[in-house]
Amino acid sequence: MEFLYKVVRFLIKCMFCVVSVGPIPSHIAFIMDGNRRFAKQRNMKVGAGHEAGYFALMSMLIHCSELGVKYVTAYAFSIDNFKRRTEEVECLVDLMTEKFESWCREDSIVNMFGIRVHFSGNLQLLSEPLRDAAKKLTAATVGNSRVFLTLCVAYTSTNEIVRAVEKSCEEKWAEDQESSVINLSDIEKRMYMVIAPDPDIIIRTSGENRLSNFLLWQSAGSCLVSTSAMWPEISFWHLIWAVLNFQRYQSLLKKKL
Amino acid sequence: MKSLTPPLLRCLCLNRSMDFIRPKRMLYFWIDKIRNVLLRLSWHLVHSIINLCYFTTGMVHALESHLISRGLLRKYKSLHISKIRYLAIVIESEDACRTSNVIELLQWLAALGIKHVSLYDNEGLLKKSKDIILEKFDGAVLFQDTHENNVLLDQPRMTLEFVSFYDGKEAVARAANVLLMKYIKSGGIGSNQGEQIFTESQMSEALKTVGSGGPEPDLLLIYGPARCHLGFPAWRMRYTEIQHMGPLTCMTYGSLIKAIYRFTTVRQNYGK
Repeated sequence: MEFLYKVVRFLIKCMFCVVSVGPIPSHIAFIMDGNRRFAKQRNMKVGAGHEAGYFALMSMLIHCSELGVKYVTAYAFSIDNFKRRTEEVECLVDLMTEKFESWCREDSIVNMFGIRVHFSGNLQLLSEPLRDAAKKLTAATVGNSRVFLTLCVAYTSTNEIVRAVEKSCEEKWAEDQESSVINLSDIEKRMYMVIAPDPDIIIRTSGENRLSNFLLWQSAGSCLVSTSAMWPEISFWHLIWAVLNFQRYQSLLKKKL
Repeated sequence: MKSLTPPLLRCLCLNRSMDFIRPKRMLYFWIDKIRNVLLRLSWHLVHSIINLCYFTTGMVHALESHLISRGLLRKYKSLHISKIRYLAIVIESEDACRTSNVIELLQWLAALGIKHVSLYDNEGLLKKSKDIILEKFDGAVLFQDTHENNVLLDQPRMTLEFVSFYDGKEAVARAANVLLMKYIKSGGIGSNQGEQIFTESQMSEALKTVGSGGPEPDLLLIYGPARCHLGFPAWRMRYTEIQHMGPLTCMTYGSLIKAIYRFTTVRQNYGK
């Protein structure tokens, strides 16, 4: 079994070496869709589906780190998800709180792989324990620099745009009330996602073909990849396929120029 | 015989070790070079296989599209077209000057009964050609921002809207200035107190005020080399289904029918 594991790891490394000959995206974003359907198909509880989704996220983070992707963004919890049944929302909040607290430990996978965690979203909408766990995790990983992971929690793009406009108005009000004008750059530097470049690839699982209010502002030039696999089923091969398509698109662009 | 002094001895040992190191370095150099060549060849091979896969699926889609156009595939014969209230077409700016293709596409959509179409290209070339398009395609009226969205669907003719980057991020900046004026007039209420100052509805109203308040499309069809929405107004595509149709020059009626059919089978939870 260990021998098989070593063979698989070796093959994965070989594939990474081959793929790395071409351009590697600097930022990949994931819409983690399909946890509930995964659980339903296997007669599991919804919570078990989200737990499986957590392990899929860890796996993708490790693969992205090994491939040399610097920025990873994951759509963990949308503002629209608050409309779900209370039990499910509580289960998700408890899962996130537990995992964020465990990531703060020095021997956690996040610190082992040098992952710096940042949160994008209206964190004021979260419960206090989750909000505190998120702040603690951001502070605990501030020294890491191999991969920048942005978790979008209590996030929607439209909310992000409105909050950025609000902050711009507040700052213009404070500066000069008479001749204030908000420029596009004023809004862009106040977006939650200002800490990362625009995503090169956005991968959505479970076969859906929409962005569901995720990174609408930042995705103008992003390759949108849809895979029919549910999020807990996502694997190294889906990532490789997305990167190879990205490289194909880059070479098409180069030919045109 | 001259005795070996320490400096001479050191020099001799260094030369001997250099004799061992040089071939070793050469060996590693050549191993690295061969490895890089093999990796490059493997990369090109992988991409050639991918291009072959796309070519094959392209052939299959072309055949399927031909069969759909001829009405030979039963499942595409009846479309629930009423599910598409608003349709958007994104065209790469390089192809946006192909007005004859655009007009043909609009004619297909009008024949299918689509009531509102937003035509988008990033640089606004379609906007510049709007008069030519409206003149040659007489099945449509130009969208006015004063129209209420529900009124659009009652129009006998198709409503056509021309959209560009000006209506996307730049429109949000203009709308932000409308909200800023309101904020200044109100005396900066809520400033620095962490309160929510504006709502999403107010943002939508502000966008309408600056002339970029069109409806949110149900379906967005991308005609270009890649599945990229190229900056379609962010405010208007929260839950929009996005489908990639390939280059505009390869558009077919059958692929349009297939895309619409696929949309009609989708079920959305809207986050719930």
